[in-house]
Amino acid sequence: MSLAVPNIAPAAPEILILVMACAILILDLFLDDSNRHVSYFLTLATLVAAAVVTARNFHHTGVYTFNHMFVADTLSDVIDFAIYGLTFFVLVYSRRYLRERGMFRGEYFVLALFGVLGTMIMASATNFLTLYLGLELLSLSQYALVAMQRDSSRATEAAMKYFVLGALASGMLLYGMSMLYGITGSLDIEVVRQKIEAISSGNVVLIFGLVFIVVGLAFKLGAVPFHMWIPDVYEGAPTAVTLYVGTMPKLAAFVMIIRLLVGGLQGLAASWQEMFIIMAVLSMALGNVAAIAQTNIKRMLAYSTISHMGFFLLGIVSAGPAGYGAAMFYMLVYTVMSLGAFGMVILLSRAGFEAERLEDFKGLNQRSPWHAFLMLLLMFSMAGVPPTAGFFAKLLVFQAIVNAGYVWLAVVGVLLSVVGAFYYLRVVKLMYFDAPVDSSPIRVDADLQLLMGINGLAMIAVTPWVGALVNLCSQALRSIS
Amino acid sequence: MYSAHALSLAIWLPILGGVAVLFTGGDTNARWARRLSLLIALAAFAATIPLYTGFDHHTAAMQFVENYSWIPAFNIDYHIGIDGISLPLILLTSFTTVIVVIAGWVVIQTRVSQYMAAFLIMEGLMIGVFASLDAILFYVFWEAMLIPMFVIIGIWGGPNRVYATVKFFLYTLLGSVLMLVALLFLYFKSGNSFDIQSFYTLKLSMSEQILIFFAFLLAFAVKVPMWPVHTWLPDAHVEAPTGGSVVLAAIMLKMGAYGFLRFTLPILPDASHELAWLMITLSLIAIVYISLVALVQEDMKKLIAYSSIAHMGFVTLGFFIFNAQGMEGGLVEMVSHGFVSGALFLCVGVLYDRMHSRQIRDYGGVANRMPVFATFMMLFVMANVGLPGTSGFVGEFLVILGSFQVNGWYAFLAASILVTGAAYTLWLYKRVIFGNVVNDHVAALQDVGVREFSFLGLLAVAVLAMGLWPYPFLNVMHVSVNHLLTEVTVSKL
Repeated sequence: MSLAVPNIAPAAPEILILVMACAILILDLFLDDSNRHVSYFLTLATLVAAAVVTARNFHHTGVYTFNHMFVADTLSDVIDFAIYGLTFFVLVYSRRYLRERGMFRGEYFVLALFGVLGTMIMASATNFLTLYLGLELLSLSQYALVAMQRDSSRATEAAMKYFVLGALASGMLLYGMSMLYGITGSLDIEVVRQKIEAISSGNVVLIFGLVFIVVGLAFKLGAVPFHMWIPDVYEGAPTAVTLYVGTMPKLAAFVMIIRLLVGGLQGLAASWQEMFIIMAVLSMALGNVAAIAQTNIKRMLAYSTISHMGFFLLGIVSAGPAGYGAAMFYMLVYTVMSLGAFGMVILLSRAGFEAERLEDFKGLNQRSPWHAFLMLLLMFSMAGVPPTAGFFAKLLVFQAIVNAGYVWLAVVGVLLSVVGAFYYLRVVKLMYFDAPVDSSPIRVDADLQLLMGINGLAMIAVTPWVGALVNLCSQALRSIS
Repeated sequence: MYSAHALSLAIWLPILGGVAVLFTGGDTNARWARRLSLLIALAAFAATIPLYTGFDHHTAAMQFVENYSWIPAFNIDYHIGIDGISLPLILLTSFTTVIVVIAGWVVIQTRVSQYMAAFLIMEGLMIGVFASLDAILFYVFWEAMLIPMFVIIGIWGGPNRVYATVKFFLYTLLGSVLMLVALLFLYFKSGNSFDIQSFYTLKLSMSEQILIFFAFLLAFAVKVPMWPVHTWLPDAHVEAPTGGSVVLAAIMLKMGAYGFLRFTLPILPDASHELAWLMITLSLIAIVYISLVALVQEDMKKLIAYSSIAHMGFVTLGFFIFNAQGMEGGLVEMVSHGFVSGALFLCVGVLYDRMHSRQIRDYGGVANRMPVFATFMMLFVMANVGLPGTSGFVGEFLVILGSFQVNGWYAFLAASILVTGAAYTLWLYKRVIFGNVVNDHVAALQDVGVREFSFLGLLAVAVLAMGLWPYPFLNVMHVSVNHLLTEVTVSKL
């Protein structure tokens, strides 16, 4: 009996990332602190190389491998690109911040790469096991990242909270999967989908399994009522880690919803739609209202994340191809906005000073009009004011939900987005209308300056190309929905 | 032959110009920022002239149309064009911006490039609102305009500016978001189209029409503003710098009224007829009650702000009595009020720059020290009252005439503004300008300089021209108004 060697070509980028992560891990042992930038540049090079590999083998149709447990298709490729881009930006944004706080160590890069790998695996998963494997790889990397500043009690507490609740959610997810396995006898998402179509949708065990899966997903997404960890983790983690935790896992959660619910449990759409409607409304309401009361910008952005997840869920609730496309567009835009906003917090921080309080943004327009303008774009985009990308993201989601017949949900959504506009406006108010309390010059390295500029201007520069991006999203989802 | 992109030029020239002004940087280059802004404002005004000279006033069809696909997946297009209703408002916008740039020349000394850029960008966005034929494009311009205005009031405004600007922003945002849902619903009903003109032929049941009517009403009524959602306006006006007040009064308020003409009336004719009583009642309350409120104001800007609300009541009254006089009168009143209220805010600005007070009681006997200014202000005050020969008369007369045909009481109540309007405006004028010099500050006043003379003079010419010879204005809008009136009579049930 011979062992069949699976076709590894579709997994080439994942393998590249894995190899490089291990290589950097070992190489870093032999580097002293003055040469630490070698690991840093190698990590960036890895991301670029992986992007090149993905681009050269761009998949217009799905290619399955590893016994139908892994697929490389347009969705996974597009998500991979987004992950490379986000991580690249995160690393560049974090460089000085980490160095000034003694965290510029190989572990950060290696864990970041493992997180990337985990998300990529989830994006390509066609089997419960593969999905869970990717999820755990990502989650464990993140727990460790949050705890990296080991002398900080805040960070340790955040990591502990994140770990305990995260493990619980993973357990829920796994329990749900086991129930589905019990009913369908398969871990393959495609097979599960076919089996479920044959079973009556009123099956109690099926619904129970679904509930557990939705709970697990909602936790990873941070939707109310499974949102408790978000503010604490965002606030407690070092900003460079918040940057990472606040962007990439959102894409992971999105792709998990698409693969698992849309790809596998579309037959139960009516059931998970109901659950998501409740969670979407609660997230939008609680996120937006609670954010108003915050004085710490990281906490404020954390609550804003919760509300954004509510808007994102509206796209999923509409349960049609247009809605999924809108949700994907929303998630991509959201990650870029979130990247920019946390990036700005990093940019204003310096050795021994965290620009975490809202007051630290006071008078930014007088200190640096350019950065204030970028933050203005980011805030208006988060608030969903035209002509920024955030508006189009909300528009498409609302459009999908109206077309699905939920006009009332759209009304609730737009009204709550006005509530949200208030606290984003407050940031603009602080930057533009108040006098600065901190007059120290803003020192920004050229690389951060450039990427931050791209990041902020992207909010308005994509406007003419929204159509093309939406097309890309619907292309990516075509094979699933 | 006019360029196929004349309209796009009118929208984008000021926006890109505004961005260019931003690049002049800090206040060390303020001189260049001002000169460049004036140049761009003049060029942008010149760019709107061909829209008038090349306009065919024999047809109600959209002209200077440009249509490009923008977000094909959702049928959102870059679709613009103008008719006789939007053209006068576009000209008003580009004209007002020139005035505002001149008015801010000396007064604004901090962050000059940002100030000028904000107004130029806003000009482009406002023209975009009047020119959009795609519902989402319209909404984008409509909302985007809030950003520069938010910044203008917040940075260069008065002591309570932050409260005023946040209130302004949230009020208008809250008003407009439901319109967005209504537009999405129309998209859904029309078989996936955001083309505003395709909404005109849409069949809608009465209950749908009424719901959409209220969604639109909230958006437009906040902007107009109609009683009782007008409370943001006095705050915003009082705190805004002079230029901001001018743009608010002259143009931004007109957008709400324009929305009624572009959306509510042609898309929802049945609901409009059904709910005309409500609109007429609100308009009459604005005219009668707000005029009385204006009478007791102590702050000049607040007084003019309330006067604006009352005059906009005239406009909405004209629209919802469904006859040609009313509608044309409303339109003329919109343009006229743009000139007059802008001019009055500038007059207050001229005084404020010298005295740093807007309280009426701080003034008295200004005519003794500023005779030229007093003459100009006299003209604008008279136009606000609606004296024959000024632009104010034409619009008010037409609306009263139109409402007489519907109901004598409407005309009677509407005409009360001729009395109360005269009372508060002339009383204001008397207290500020006439009498003896009341204090040393007034005694030290200098009359208007060349710069102030130039913008007041330009507005005076506009006010008189529209009053004495309204034909060019009426001529342009006539066919479009009649077309709109026929559309309102066709039931969509």
